[in-house]
Amino acid sequence: MQSYSLTHLQELESEAIYVLREVASQFENPALLFSGGKDSIIVAHMARKAFWPGKIPFPLVHVDTGHNFPETIEFRDNYIKEIGANLIVGSVQQSIDEGKVVEEKGFNASRNALQTVTLLDTIEGHKFDCAMGGARRDEEKARAKERFFSHRDDFGQWDPKNQRPELWNIFNGQKNIGEHFRVFPISNWTEMDVWQYILHEKINIPSIYLAHERDVFVRDSVIMSTTSFIEQRDTEPTIRKKVRFRTIGDATCTGAVESDADSIEKIIEEVAAARTTERGTRSDDKRSEAAMEDRKKAGYF
Amino acid sequence: MDTNSYLDMELLRFSTAGSVDDGKSTLIGRLLYDSKSIFQDQYEAIEESSKRKGDETVNLALLTDGLRAEREQGITIDVAYRYFATPKRKFIIADTPGHIQYTRNMVTGSSTSNLSIILVDARHGVVEQTCRHTFISSLLGIPHVVFCVNKMDLVDYSEEKFEKIKADLEAFSSKLDVQDIHFVPMSALNGDNVVNKSDNMDWYQGSTLMYLLENIHIGSDYNHIDCRFPIQYVVRPKSEKYPDYRGYAGRIAGGVFKPGDEVAVLPSGFTSKIKTIDVMGGSLEEAFAPMSVTMTLEDDIDVSRGDMIVRENNQPNVQQDIDIMICWLNDKKMVSRGKYAIKHTSNDVRCIVKEVKYKININNLHRIEDDKEVTMNDIARISIRTTKPLLYDKYTRNRGTGSLILIDESTNETVGAGMII
Ligand SMILES: Nc1nc2c(ncn2[C@@H]2O[C@H](COP(=O)(O)OP(=O)(O)OP(=O)(O)O)[C@@H](O)[C@H]2O)c(=O)[nH]1
Ligand SMILES: [Mg+2]
Repeated sequence: MQSYSLTHLQELESEAIYVLREVASQFENPALLFSGGKDSIIVAHMARKAFWPGKIPFPLVHVDTGHNFPETIEFRDNYIKEIGANLIVGSVQQSIDEGKVVEEKGFNASRNALQTVTLLDTIEGHKFDCAMGGARRDEEKARAKERFFSHRDDFGQWDPKNQRPELWNIFNGQKNIGEHFRVFPISNWTEMDVWQYILHEKINIPSIYLAHERDVFVRDSVIMSTTSFIEQRDTEPTIRKKVRFRTIGDATCTGAVESDADSIEKIIEEVAAARTTERGTRSDDKRSEAAMEDRKKAGYF
Repeated sequence: MDTNSYLDMELLRFSTAGSVDDGKSTLIGRLLYDSKSIFQDQYEAIEESSKRKGDETVNLALLTDGLRAEREQGITIDVAYRYFATPKRKFIIADTPGHIQYTRNMVTGSSTSNLSIILVDARHGVVEQTCRHTFISSLLGIPHVVFCVNKMDLVDYSEEKFEKIKADLEAFSSKLDVQDIHFVPMSALNGDNVVNKSDNMDWYQGSTLMYLLENIHIGSDYNHIDCRFPIQYVVRPKSEKYPDYRGYAGRIAGGVFKPGDEVAVLPSGFTSKIKTIDVMGGSLEEAFAPMSVTMTLEDDIDVSRGDMIVRENNQPNVQQDIDIMICWLNDKKMVSRGKYAIKHTSNDVRCIVKEVKYKININNLHRIEDDKEVTMNDIARISIRTTKPLLYDKYTRNRGTGSLILIDESTNETVGAGMII
């Protein structure tokens, strides 16, 4: 008999598309969180595939900290136009202006934690019953514990000690009024899988993932981009380096790495040789040992 | 690693099992460490927390025990997923908890795996949880089992101890339906026979665990004989370019489909031919499990989510009275004559539990016929009647069309994992 088998990347893609279709079927008003980072880009790409030749049947939601790399926003707007999707922006600045959250002060101030409030407000405001995201289990030890369909109570909280069982690929999205789900279609992908997929599918990504000359400074041995959102200390002079970003988050807490990788092929070589995780450059994870778990319990992505 | 070899890799999903403290998480940590799959910042982080706790050596279990409560109590509560690749294969690991209270999480982690690593503490030998997890693995249809007799360092690497435990395990599993069984004596703590061959056990001529993981023949875990396409979603763009397009989207649960195939749509039974099998930007000559595709049919018939496209001459069972083996996963016991919601492929139905036929005694696999109360962690054979017919195959024939879950309609919790007999 002929042998029928998929490569692991095809199998992962098929799994993600299956999850996306389950979400569209099981929920009344789902949304896809779209940050303009590589993970949310590949989820959006697979959402196009899942419903082709139809359009993506849910809006894309960007929780905007206001502290973006300009390249990300430019990419986001072009991408949305190209695929004809519906974009909803939840603004942290607005949450601050409305007095719902208080901006952190000082040298290490970041709006990262404030995002959670804006995210939950956006979910509630638009009555989304499911928010999908590009989080991967290999990113962080608390994320390694997450289900594909992750139940949230009416405060948006995650209870990691009492998650619903998730058997085979049968997803239970049933819930009471006021509760919602977070769903992670690329749970089983690694950073390497994502890059291989981007290469294989020829997917466009924001230019800051590729090596480029940039004004940066060094803080706690992390290379940070100079931006008007961060106050630099006198001991943190601006220098010019060839860098790229391994993840794109809020500009105030996402570090760059020195790199010559100016093509996807070269990034893949670099990822294969890397000795630190991609979130190793994220200062938001370094605040304490259980920083991610605590933020996730409160409703962070 | 060059791009092409990475793209061609096979995927093996495996899970750990065994009693609490038998060393599952330590083993996964050791496997990742010795295969150089741990990143420097991850290692530094666990080195640091081990030191803070006053451990003498770096506690490798902390690589998977990522929750605060797990680190505080030194046990695993929920499944942790880890990923690594060698030049031969790409692996998805589910490290599951051994504690009986968290059996539902063990079932969660094992339900998608093709290989189960079951650990046994060399000092204690086969205990109830070893039996429970071995039985659950066989029930879940996991084709390969590797029994790891761990903590050999604490029994002077005794061949006798190993052989005794091996004999006990062989006796127990001979009553089960497991195709492929292996035994490895090891010390997860020190790394003996995990990735590197042990110098302390010259008497052992077999392979290391890593060698088995890389070389066990996994073939295809999918059924490529019985064509089953459960419809998940109907694609109707109604756009200028595709005004009349009507595609049936889903993930193939069995078999191979080609354009031109004569098919039947269940439950209506209408027949038609496959017109196209579409993916974005093109059409396929053939598609097989587990591909996600969109099919169009030659005839305009009413098809919706929950229906199934099959070959006319090879159809699944269509029944309302069904017998299943059930793993009960909730603290609330099963209500006899109780009503539950069911999810099966892309179908939502309700059911009533008609009868508990028997429960299984985990230790000797005997049937218990005088106590029919199904409580948390029990495994039982039950008969149910559904509100509408299910389109199913036996679980042993097809894991996709033979599995279902029971949901408590008042809490919405998943309370049972069912395998259709
Ligand atoms: N001496 C010795 N100790 C070991 C070995 N493997 C694990 N241990 C110890 O056994 C204890 C339990 O190990 P874990 O890896 O947490 O056990 P587990 O099976 O993951 O436990 P649960 O997940 O809670 O079921 C720890 O103190 C380990 O250091 C071994 O090969 N030899
Ligand atoms: Mg453990």
